[in-house]
Amino acid sequence: MFDLVNLINEPPYALPQKLKEQLYIRALSDITKHHYLKCAQYKKIIDMLGCHTEFNILAEVPFIPVRLFKEYELLSVEKSEVVKTMMSSGTSGQSVSKIFLDKVTAANQTKVLTKIVSSFIGVKRLPMLVIDTHLIVKDRNLFSARGAGVLGFSMLGYDVTYALNEKMELDLDRVEQFLKKHKDENILIFGFTFIIWQHFYKTLEKLNIKLSLGNGILIHGGGWKKLLGEAVDNSVFKARLNSATGLSKIYNYYGMVEQTGSIFMECEMGYLHSSIFSDILIRDFKDFSVLPPGQQGLIQLLSLLPVSYPGHSIITEDIGEIIGADDCRCGRKGRYFMIHGRIKKSEIRGCSDTYESIE
Amino acid sequence: MSNGLNYLVGKVGMELNPRPLRPYDPLVCDFLSQLSVALFADSQARRYPDVMSFAFWCRKANLATLKDNFSSEHLRLGVGYAFHIAPSNVPINFAFSYAFSLLAGNCNVVRVSSKDFAQTEIVCRLITGLLEKPLYGRIAEMTAFVRYGHDDEITGHFSSGCNARIIWGGDATISSIRRVPAPSRSVEMAFADRYSFCIVSTTAILNANESELNKLAKAFYNDVYLMDQDACSSPHLIVWMGDADLKAAQHKFWHRVYEEVVSNYDLQPVNAIDKYTMICEKAIELDCVVGLERNGNFIYRLQMNGLPDKVDICRGRYGLFYELKVTNLNVMARLVGTKFQTLTYFGFDKAFFCDFVVQNNLLGIDRIVPIGSALDIGVIWDGYDIVSTLSRVIDIQ
Repeated sequence: MFDLVNLINEPPYALPQKLKEQLYIRALSDITKHHYLKCAQYKKIIDMLGCHTEFNILAEVPFIPVRLFKEYELLSVEKSEVVKTMMSSGTSGQSVSKIFLDKVTAANQTKVLTKIVSSFIGVKRLPMLVIDTHLIVKDRNLFSARGAGVLGFSMLGYDVTYALNEKMELDLDRVEQFLKKHKDENILIFGFTFIIWQHFYKTLEKLNIKLSLGNGILIHGGGWKKLLGEAVDNSVFKARLNSATGLSKIYNYYGMVEQTGSIFMECEMGYLHSSIFSDILIRDFKDFSVLPPGQQGLIQLLSLLPVSYPGHSIITEDIGEIIGADDCRCGRKGRYFMIHGRIKKSEIRGCSDTYESIE
Repeated sequence: MSNGLNYLVGKVGMELNPRPLRPYDPLVCDFLSQLSVALFADSQARRYPDVMSFAFWCRKANLATLKDNFSSEHLRLGVGYAFHIAPSNVPINFAFSYAFSLLAGNCNVVRVSSKDFAQTEIVCRLITGLLEKPLYGRIAEMTAFVRYGHDDEITGHFSSGCNARIIWGGDATISSIRRVPAPSRSVEMAFADRYSFCIVSTTAILNANESELNKLAKAFYNDVYLMDQDACSSPHLIVWMGDADLKAAQHKFWHRVYEEVVSNYDLQPVNAIDKYTMICEKAIELDCVVGLERNGNFIYRLQMNGLPDKVDICRGRYGLFYELKVTNLNVMARLVGTKFQTLTYFGFDKAFFCDFVVQNNLLGIDRIVPIGSALDIGVIWDGYDIVSTLSRVIDIQ
């Protein structure tokens, strides 16, 4: 049986894709078999699909849709072994994903996250500024994706300071004090893309304040959906934050609550990278066949971390494109890719749902 | 009261004339056949197959046939004033609903979908044009098309004094509208959520020649994919029956349907994900799912070794089917409840179904039509004879 322990001390971006795939074919066969035996719902799906649990190529690894975690409690361990339940932050009215973590999976998430991020910020802990409110981590029993993200990244820092107050307003005094205290150090800044934009950047812009974050490293994630509505993409985001704060090291990451820990970090070239802990395939929506680099399709995510729930291979609702493998100019091995946004919702046809209101 | 209320045909404060005509009144038939002519002549209307099928339905010859078939021993008049809640998602149904009720002899207020369908605009424009002619002054007094949001006050206004209320659009809509009272004597026609299925003969498929098979595949495509399988008469369950080889028949049929779907259907990424999610849900929920056959992401066929007691949970979207082999259709009888609407078929004769429905004393199945006719709405629909239901009998002895 594959054990992550054997991998955890390896450098996260040193394995060439070909060797990685050999490793993954064996590891994912083991992990798939584990979930097949331990999760009754997962077994039913695999049986229905008529899939094997022993693979010859990566493309054979079956995937389940992320939405399934919103509708079912999928576990591959006894419920008594669950130490943490993570919830996606769905907007009001939407159902949320529930992800069940046992001790091993939870610990691996933290270790892997640390491992990946240290490739960007170094292994030394840095003073950390969180662009969010402390309320987000208050209830530790039910982790929202936002809270879990903040807590996960907090492991990488010390003197963790929250830049926003309970009302999600910028607490300028606190931020300036923090900056004064750590003025000669590198600092880690973490937050969610939309919150940084809406509650941090826009306030600075409105008040016409320039902060001095030249020695900061910003890591942010959580999706662009809301920002794209305001025509803010990654390059606009970087440029505007840079002009307001002097920040030059800004890294976006891509990841989902279903695969917490094994995130995909944006490199210095602007591409998202898979580490040794995860991989990505792009599939044609017309038949789910695997697409070569350069073609856009649905993103399938593979992660070696999920043991307590069957989230090791999921098909997302995001559209992406693999750029290449092993040859990014940043020097990291493995696949690197770009995200092109979320799939569009379709117009519902048919007989039901007549009496809708005009919004 | 004016809050969000728009008139697409007619105007605020217009006087409606609720005095009924006889069913198939010559003026009504003439008006609808002129509407048919106008629709055929309109370049915009011609772009919409559903508008064309409405135009084809209300052409002069068809109305004459319908009139001949409408044999009432009794004297009849319309019930008076009918209020329609048209479905939001089937663009052309509002026009059919109006035409059926007008043929019954009624004056009508039709609440159209709040969605901006081009079909709504086209039909309303041409109706308005015709109603401006003095010849159709009487019809103008019987016609209003309105659009408004979810507003019980406006629904209450149009429901007060109605002699019939026609509600399209499923269970949730019906219970929402029923909270708003209508007069005690008012006739209520509610088109609820329904379930439809299909039966195919293995023998007939294997005997079908190229052109028959082509025709069948096109017909099946229309039944299912034109409305993303979400029309109440689109089939979800495909029952196979017959002595011929099942696998060979399935292969022959689905292969040709696949060719049809690939060349005509605009599959969206979100549809593929929705469908894939659905089969995973069904695998979890239904023990009788034993496998999956698929033609790309265009056709998914869940293989069943039985059916759950509530068959109508076996639903698909965008081309997802449940396939079952039976040796005798009577095994379905136990499962057919009031939710069942349309049974489409290939390779059987009418007498076979007559026996099936009557001998099993079925509570459901209101329509049994050949594959390809699932969406063909008419004055007989959902178990109602609509023109009869929307008219009253005057008993003179």
